Amino acid sequence: MQLFNELKTLGHKHIKADKKAGEKVPSGMWIACPKCHQSFYHKDLGVYQVCPNCEYGFRITARERLKWLVDSFSEMDDSLKTTDPLKFPNYQKKLSKARVQTGLNDSVLTGMAKIEDQRLALGIMDPAFIMGSMGTITGEKITRLFERATRQKVPVVLFTSSGGARMQEGIFSLMQMAKISQAVKRHSEAGLLYITVLTDPTTGGVTASFAMQGDIILSEPRVLVGFAGKRVIEQTTHQKVPSDLQDAERVLEHGFIDAIVARKDIKKKLAWLLELHSKGSDANG
Amino acid sequence: MVSLLDKKKTAAQIVANARSEEKMSAYELIDGIFSEFMELHGDRLSDDDAAIVGGIAKFNDTPVTVIATNKGKSAEERLRTHFGCPEPSGYRKSLRLIKQAEKFGRPVITLVNTAGAYPGKSAEENGQGEAIARNLLEISSVKIPVISMIYGEGGSGGALALACGDRVWMFENSMYSVLSPEGFAAILWKDSSRADEAADVMQLTPEKLLEQHIIDGIVPESRSHKRVFKAVKKILQKELIDLEKLTSFELIEKRQQRFRQF
Ligand SMILES: [Zn+2]
Repeated sequence: MQLFNELKTLGHKHIKADKKAGEKVPSGMWIACPKCHQSFYHKDLGVYQVCPNCEYGFRITARERLKWLVDSFSEMDDSLKTTDPLKFPNYQKKLSKARVQTGLNDSVLTGMAKIEDQRLALGIMDPAFIMGSMGTITGEKITRLFERATRQKVPVVLFTSSGGARMQEGIFSLMQMAKISQAVKRHSEAGLLYITVLTDPTTGGVTASFAMQGDIILSEPRVLVGFAGKRVIEQTTHQKVPSDLQDAERVLEHGFIDAIVARKDIKKKLAWLLELHSKGSDANG
Repeated sequence: MVSLLDKKKTAAQIVANARSEEKMSAYELIDGIFSEFMELHGDRLSDDDAAIVGGIAKFNDTPVTVIATNKGKSAEERLRTHFGCPEPSGYRKSLRLIKQAEKFGRPVITLVNTAGAYPGKSAEENGQGEAIARNLLEISSVKIPVISMIYGEGGSGGALALACGDRVWMFENSMYSVLSPEGFAAILWKDSSRADEAADVMQLTPEKLLEQHIIDGIVPESRSHKRVFKAVKKILQKELIDLEKLTSFELIEKRQQRFRQF
């Protein structure tokens, strides 16, 4: 079945336009932290866009994250485009807008990267691309990333950020969970390392598949991590849900996250983990 | 209500039928298809979820593992099963039984009728996402055939976690979707009363899903339960014969190709 086309319209023009958009935010603007509710000058958030009070990492696009995360990067599959299998009304318009906003063809950026001297296959989901929702192209890009990593015997690092499955692609979005999971499994069976870094928010079908399948699961501070939406839980159970139920810190206490790492420390921590695991795979292969 | 037997049904009618009170219960279905069913309880970690019934049985004299979501019949049972919405411990029980089946080389048949994984406080605390994720990961490479029948609702990741094997069949009056039509309409149009319209757009009927190769076939339903059991048995028998011809390597290859195409 043909579920994707090559995208002809996305060129470097859009990517440049997006870079400008990212820098357009006036540096004198006040911004309130959604977690601790303190207000700061936007420029106080610094290069990492982190709350100076509680270390919450503000939502950033995949390309913004890439800037300080990697030492080299070669992008993959940046021209795949969904066939819009449900022919969903207004979906194409929504996609075009998201492409301009993020400079991506869909909700994840993938490619082969280097962090310090470590080679890896890297995926970064973009919360600005239709809520980071997972459609067929998101699933295809992540699957291809794992397949390539398995062939080239390199680890995978995935930054998750998603509202869950993309409604506009219906059941095909759901199938991505199974498709990606089996690619993760093959990569794992090859003895290779998979690290997930949960970023705000990681929910729904992404939590219920590859976000929770890492050998090591890291999270930024104060990230929303959950399966069901809070409103759905309250409507179903007729009970008020504690406001911190789905905070990464609580999820860690329940045993589902290995460690919480501040955004500014992520690169170093990943480099260390990749280096630590590289000896083993050298010896095996 | 539209009868289960009317042909040409709208998507909204199929949704109503899939959720109908007249639907068979998990236990009725198990008893109708298999013999000598023995229920096996618990996830071996903390809990025994009533929303997932599992155990061993015989299918035409061959041992099989059976896993079914259970909505319950009585009000008390429905409360206990959250109307068939499993807790994380339900998914962990199902995976335990699938691994057990793999060890002893018996095929697994799953019977799915769930609106989805339970959205609750304790479900979140106990890792609903992780439990489903682990099922998806592990079932992708188990060395025994896994055949699924969606016999009512197939709701989202909570259904997929039990329907990610080698074959997926759907009853004529069943649905399979990424979200309930009500939820879909609420999210996309901010109006849950447009559920009927959503049902149509979502292509959640067996016919539509068969066209898209999401499922492998449709089980015809009739007023007589006996006839339905007979139809299911015939399908299972044929599928098992086909799947057992494959080596475990071929089986896993084909299973992965099945999902890779999407
Ligand atoms: Zn803060």
